[in-house]
Amino acid sequence: MGLKGRDLVSIKDLSKQEIESIISAARRHIPVAEGKRTSTLLDGKLLALAFFEPSTRTRLSFETAMLRLGGRTITIADPAVSSVAKGETLSDTVRMLSGYADAIVVRHPNEGASRLASQVSEKPVINAGDGAGQHPTQTLLDLATMEEHFHTLSGLKVVLMGDLRYGRTVHSLAYALALFGAHLVLTSPPALRIPEHIRSDLAEIGADIREEADLRRAVQDADVLYVTRIQKERFGDLAEYARVSSGYRLDPSILEEVKPSFIVMHPLPRVAEIPSEVDSSSHAAYFRQAFLAVPVRMALLSLILSGQPGPGGG
Amino acid sequence: MRELKITPIKNGTVIDHITSGFALEVLRIIGANNLDKESTVSVALHVRSRRMGWKDIVKVENMELSPQKVNAIALLSPTATISMIQDFKVIEKRPVTLPDHFTGVLKCPNPNCISNQGEPIEPEFDVVHRRPLALRCRYCDRYVDDFLPHLKTR
Repeated sequence: MGLKGRDLVSIKDLSKQEIESIISAARRHIPVAEGKRTSTLLDGKLLALAFFEPSTRTRLSFETAMLRLGGRTITIADPAVSSVAKGETLSDTVRMLSGYADAIVVRHPNEGASRLASQVSEKPVINAGDGAGQHPTQTLLDLATMEEHFHTLSGLKVVLMGDLRYGRTVHSLAYALALFGAHLVLTSPPALRIPEHIRSDLAEIGADIREEADLRRAVQDADVLYVTRIQKERFGDLAEYARVSSGYRLDPSILEEVKPSFIVMHPLPRVAEIPSEVDSSSHAAYFRQAFLAVPVRMALLSLILSGQPGPGGG
Repeated sequence: MRELKITPIKNGTVIDHITSGFALEVLRIIGANNLDKESTVSVALHVRSRRMGWKDIVKVENMELSPQKVNAIALLSPTATISMIQDFKVIEKRPVTLPDHFTGVLKCPNPNCISNQGEPIEPEFDVVHRRPLALRCRYCDRYVDDFLPHLKTR
């Protein structure tokens, strides 16, 4: 398949088949990600990590992925001490990096930054989150987590809970799940319901969506509960934030009534949405989800930088 | 039938069938303040129209509209028609047409969009719905269906 040399800015840049290939390639990388095997697939390749805002988890998982494959990284980890602080434009920084490295991972506080980076870079650009915008590698690892557990994505009933208004990682996930024929149930505080234009986008690809205000009812017969954080910075009025977020917590007793195979996912970091007592439950999948970030990013880097899905040829 | 409330022009452009109330915005779009000193600009507000009920008209001497300006007018007033005048005769008359793609006409309403951060780029939008008209920013994906406050000429 043809991911070699391509950008990944939005999940919509990938076809269903390409998403499937990345998920299946990620499985091959698990032993290397766990340190049980070694790989030199990306020996001699250099990945630039251009992180213009703090993000420990995403940066470390990309760096781990590259190092596990025998490649190397260069990093802008703190824009406060880089040329950005001197007023250099993103366009110029990216042009410079595209002269140094074989691919660039961009994390930026402004929406659309990765799209711009992909326009000016001669090397592939991978979006690692742009403001409240796209975060396609998060969507890939979310899908990989579900696929690993259920061995399929088609027909899954997935409850998306939380900030469905501003949380655009949830919008990407909803889009990708709809592409695979999952049934979506949306549950959110009234102020944070999914915007109409996103709903109509989803309807266009034939998504099966319903809204359900009561979480207990929403998770009946469901396969996955995907919980997201309600972001304080989205609220102008802190009293409103306190009101909305106080009632926003997964009640562990809900898990007594779910299917045995049911899983709870969360992109992490969590605040208080999932109490720690859920961690030991067989339904908690969010730490596995966090681990899969590494093999999924390994698969993506292998495909983009070498055209190879991973260890074992192919 | 011809009832001339504003004088004909010898050479220039007539923007007719402007949605009533939008003529002053059209003047802003065409940059009427910065025209050749010899040019006359005539504006008719709230003119009877068989087709539209009420309309506005703008006539500008010695000026041709750039495609970008025509696109901006089309956003505000999809009913507008543009006539090129040479030697008092209409040599070309066409309705404005909405392109599939807009560059440099609107600013993205999302203040956090990369196109609003001083990068060396023009804001770009794709038309996602025609009726009612809605555009989407190519950078941040934000939908726009209220154009007036976001015109670059403002």
